[in-house]
Amino acid sequence: MTIHPSLVTKDLTIRFGGHVAVNAVSCDFRPGELTVIVGPNGAGKTTFFNLISGQLSATQGAVVKDGVDLTRMSPSARAHHGIGRAFQLTNLFPQLTVLENIRLAVQAHSGDGWRLFKRVESLTELTARAERYLEATKLTQVAHLPAAALSHGDQRKLEVALLMAMEPDIYMFDEPTAGMSLDHAPDVLDLIAEIKHDKTKTVLLVEHKMDVVRTLADRIIVLHNGELLADGAPDEVMSSDIVRDVYLGKSAVVA
Amino acid sequence: MSVSANTTGTKVVKTTVLLIGALLLFAPFLFQDTRALEVAARICIFIVLVASYDLLIGYTGIVSFAHIMFFGFGAYGGAIALKQMGPGWDAVVVGALAGVAVSLVVAVAIGLLSLRVKAIFFAMITLAAASVALVLASQLSNFTGGEDGITYRAPSIFKTATKLMVDDDGKVMRIFGVKMNGKLAAYYFVFITSFVLFFAMVRLVGSPLGTVLKAIRENEARAEAIGYRVVSYRTFVFCIAALVASLSGTIYAIWLKYTGPDTVLSFSIMIDILLMVVIGGMGTMWGAVIGAVLMVIAQYYLRDLMGVAAEATANLPLLPHLLDPDRWLFWLGIIFILLVYFFPKGIAGTIMAKGEKS
Ligand SMILES: Nc1ncnc2c1ncn2[C@@H]1O[C@H](COP(=O)(O)OP(=O)(O)OP(=O)(O)O)[C@@H](O)[C@H]1O
Ligand SMILES: [Mg+2]
Repeated sequence: MTIHPSLVTKDLTIRFGGHVAVNAVSCDFRPGELTVIVGPNGAGKTTFFNLISGQLSATQGAVVKDGVDLTRMSPSARAHHGIGRAFQLTNLFPQLTVLENIRLAVQAHSGDGWRLFKRVESLTELTARAERYLEATKLTQVAHLPAAALSHGDQRKLEVALLMAMEPDIYMFDEPTAGMSLDHAPDVLDLIAEIKHDKTKTVLLVEHKMDVVRTLADRIIVLHNGELLADGAPDEVMSSDIVRDVYLGKSAVVA
Repeated sequence: MSVSANTTGTKVVKTTVLLIGALLLFAPFLFQDTRALEVAARICIFIVLVASYDLLIGYTGIVSFAHIMFFGFGAYGGAIALKQMGPGWDAVVVGALAGVAVSLVVAVAIGLLSLRVKAIFFAMITLAAASVALVLASQLSNFTGGEDGITYRAPSIFKTATKLMVDDDGKVMRIFGVKMNGKLAAYYFVFITSFVLFFAMVRLVGSPLGTVLKAIRENEARAEAIGYRVVSYRTFVFCIAALVASLSGTIYAIWLKYTGPDTVLSFSIMIDILLMVVIGGMGTMWGAVIGAVLMVIAQYYLRDLMGVAAEATANLPLLPHLLDPDRWLFWLGIIFILLVYFFPKGIAGTIMAKGEKS
């Protein structure tokens, strides 16, 4: 079975002064595949995401999606090419309500952003779609609160809801359950599992918790000091010696 | 603010605005003296000007000092056209369009060149542009009348001598004691055009675009990440605000029949706009109404009020001295400080936040 990769990074590199945060990472990601990215703190996982979704521009190398070179594009242009991203540090519109936050993400890809004289409330299709994601992330109860008023756990869920509402081809989750209580985390993990079962979406997930990695991962890549250290099936990677050395010592504490 | 749900505070603010709207609508009948009508017309125009500035500073988080420049473009457009072409509607249309055209070209240029840079640099660039406009208005005296400005005539329907309706004796008809003359027509021209512009802006902030603007204010990077081209939206709203400011400038020029640097371009008006939007409440639209009303009324009547107060306290020590009408600016300053202290989000913003269910 050969499925063409939807996302390819070629030699992706970024330097901050003398420090190489991501170093010549070449990787293919396929639809229907969930890749977990692991690596110790400061390994360059978030920076790798920033290079793909455009918050940072590569010093060298390329990001290609479905044959289109995204390397020089702005984050918004990449979003329109189907790159979606949730952030490690919650990154919302604090004074807007939960519903407005989600509706913004839906609206960005429906072309309604430029509708000038139509009342938002009258765009029922838009609101209906936003409400679907509210329900999916179990945020209906707090739909009319400003995002800033939510608990940390609910803010993390809203972060994920924004990504889902973008309906991208590539889903990138950066430690989506970090700091979430044990009873909330499964909500988010179930959502990720659902996306994975869709089989048409490409999912990249940065995650430290080993039980999560084991249940969700189709493939694991290991970053260390910005370099791609290992790439392969979960069992294979987890049992390799290099990974034990750089990673598992730490993860035992986290997991 | 985003919480547009009808809280008690929101109802209070909306009712107040409605009341102000009604007072302005019936102003010629309620306050039958020329000065009061002057005040009412100025309020109408400043509501529009301040609301258009609120689109920038309150909704999108863009700090610009060039707003007065766009107002000036519109006013000078109207003034020069009326002067050169004579007092007809063709001159009004040409003047308004010329003002809008210049405003849009300058707004696009400033927007594309500099909305990518840091907010502080952008503010500086707008300040520089507004200074250049002010200097140009003084220098190009063949066109602009220089420091003296231009006087001209408005379309004849707005002449005080024009009779809109006549009674049986052929004299101008009075309804509830109000003369149906050109002055009344001029006021309703100002009121209706201002109302339409304000209403259009209220619709705009309630549209999907309005939410995008707020999103850019709240978190520019995330707005970009979910797919909004922030620079385009910023440039667009900068143009819309410039367009509205320019049109309100033309309306003002028609009303005043005089246009000069002090009435339509000076930085003291820019400061008035800033104070009105801050006092009224940024990012609310209704705040523009409240801020403009309070500020214009204070500018016109605080002196009178203090004169009365000084006389009433004439026998007391010190007080009449403090209340001397010449100190009105001092008291205006004190009032501003108190308002900002007690209404940190502006009057409308603070009241609307009251009774918020959270
Ligand atoms: N904008 C930046 N400027 C300078 N250095 C940066 C920048 N962004 C990241 N770095 C550096 O790049 C390295 C990788 O950081 P990154 O945030 O990608 O790590 P991470 O793998 O996501 O770590 P964590 O598990 O803590 O989230 C770090 O040394 C960090 O200090
Ligand atoms: Mg990280």
